[in-house]
Amino acid sequence: MITLAHYIVFAAVLFCIALAGIFINRKNVIVLLMAIELMLLAVNVNFIAFSRYLGDVGGQVFVFFILTVAAAESAIGLGILTLIFRNRRTINVAEIDDLHG
Amino acid sequence: MTIQLAAFYFFASISVLAALGVIGLRNPVHAVLSLVLTFFSTACIWMLLQAEFLALALIVVYVGAVMVLFLFVVMMLDIQVAETREGFVRYLPIGLGVAVVMLLEILALIGIRAMQVVPPANPARVDGLSNVAWIGQALYTEYLLPFEVAALILTVGMVAAVALTLRRRKGVRHQFPSQQVQAKPRERVRLVSMPAECKEEPKS
Repeated sequence: MITLAHYIVFAAVLFCIALAGIFINRKNVIVLLMAIELMLLAVNVNFIAFSRYLGDVGGQVFVFFILTVAAAESAIGLGILTLIFRNRRTINVAEIDDLHG
Repeated sequence: MTIQLAAFYFFASISVLAALGVIGLRNPVHAVLSLVLTFFSTACIWMLLQAEFLALALIVVYVGAVMVLFLFVVMMLDIQVAETREGFVRYLPIGLGVAVVMLLEILALIGIRAMQVVPPANPARVDGLSNVAWIGQALYTEYLLPFEVAALILTVGMVAAVALTLRRRKGVRHQFPSQQVQAKPRERVRLVSMPAECKEEPKS
């Protein structure tokens, strides 16, 4: 029988892979965006597993909203990315330091 | 081992391997395709959780739209692979270290109790509904205002994406249809009355 722990461990593994991806791909904005998508997916797995095991519809409705916001976020993120590439001819995060932070 | 458990391990292992491919593959196009495989396998796991609507929505919305958008952008931008791979080896130990420590902490938090929780009867089926009807009833009654706010967010996102990437290039000839249809004949042709002219005879 699949227990709740199976799903939570799976989500945790996905989340940590995405976290490692953010650390090791410091140069490529596209991979950073994809790692964020992976993190959101891991959180969604948690929400759906808890919704199923607690019998509450709220978790699945929340996943619906997360999918909506993530779609808008990736559209705007990719728009900003094309804008940066058009102006700078690079997507290297280390070179995008106009604010000198 | 039941068939559900075997299916869970199958989909979960494919999903984790594909997620490793997302962050490790050299070619960005391969990484996006690997991400598509991750989403698809996770949608299969959501099917195991009997969340049919969200599993199909994940495939249609994410694999169908967002990932294709990613592919478009990756293929449109001309990325030097070698340049973007700088520092990969340098940051690998710290990345792996943070990820492993965090995973161990999460596993410690999950604890033993969650391993004994067996799934209850499908809550939608208890109410005599399908999964879609179950979500829909909550979405259009209890969560109606957040639903409308989500529609607003999508509209704002669309407008923002268009406004960000729209540009007016110089030296390109545009048509202005509104000005074209407002053109009047007397603005285009000017009738001038003047005495007739004839060729002068050369005097000799």
